[in-house]
Amino acid sequence: MKPKTIERIKEANRKSLKGLAEMIPMLTGVLLLISMFDVLVPKEAYIHLFSGNYITDPLVGALLGSVLAGNPVTSYILGKGFLIKGISLVAVTAFIAAWTTVGLLIYPVESAMLGKKFAIARNVSAFIISIIVAIITVAIIRIF
Amino acid sequence: MRENNKNQMRKKKNSKGRLYFLILVVLLYLVLIQFFPNKSMVVLKFFIKLLLRLIPIFIFVYAIMLLIYYFINKEFLRKYMGEESGLKGWLIAIIAGIISTGPMYVWYPLMKELRKNGVKDRYLATFLYNRGIKPAWLPLLIFYFGWFYSLTLLTVMAVLSILQGLMTERIIKVMK
Repeated sequence: MKPKTIERIKEANRKSLKGLAEMIPMLTGVLLLISMFDVLVPKEAYIHLFSGNYITDPLVGALLGSVLAGNPVTSYILGKGFLIKGISLVAVTAFIAAWTTVGLLIYPVESAMLGKKFAIARNVSAFIISIIVAIITVAIIRIF
Repeated sequence: MRENNKNQMRKKKNSKGRLYFLILVVLLYLVLIQFFPNKSMVVLKFFIKLLLRLIPIFIFVYAIMLLIYYFINKEFLRKYMGEESGLKGWLIAIIAGIISTGPMYVWYPLMKELRKNGVKDRYLATFLYNRGIKPAWLPLLIFYFGWFYSLTLLTVMAVLSILQGLMTERIIKVMK
């Protein structure tokens, strides 16, 4: 291998490791926070946040999805549970969409890595879009 | 020169902030141990499980970063995900977001580097929104909600992610 190539690999390696190492303290804190939240807040409690109102429930669903974090499958299981309990499909869809796209608990990491303005703008727009996604998805399903 | 000093001071402040955040959360956990010793063990186990699950994803992200640093230069990124990229940029952001694995936050270091090299915020936001579309979990989504709902939801998410990217950039401009 040419010395220039080795030098480039070394440089790429250094930059990649630096980029990942930078987020370790923040990420450790956020993961610990997520763990505490997941264990301490019972999942059955979430259902009580919905009031059955067709206008406020999608907002509640998106908010709940924004605060909670974890594997998307958990959001499918919880969402199905909400649906069985009579929560509207728009609210459940907003919940599922926001779960994977908005990250209030991971906001500190995003803000530290990509800047406060980007983190706020991205989370706010993702929150709004999640509600629009829910309305359009359910409208399409009703039409067909 | 002054700009350099400013940047260095900002970096120092940021790294201190990150450390303070970690200390604060650890203190919170110590309080938890005091009041709920049983729950604190469950939290710790959950935390370790989360960390272990992240290791392979971090290795994957590291490999992608390495490849990008080695093979892709600024001109390439500016051409395909810069100011004038248009449809190409959106398609790359959407497809890359869908096929990337793991939680959103493991991709932040890569996003940061891409932005430094000229990738626009709208594409970064669109990429991150499409992280919500998980092909690997599609069978489970179909199992719980049916195939028509699942495919409709994911298609609408992918299409509206463009609007989300534009909205993100607009909000950033307004904040400036």
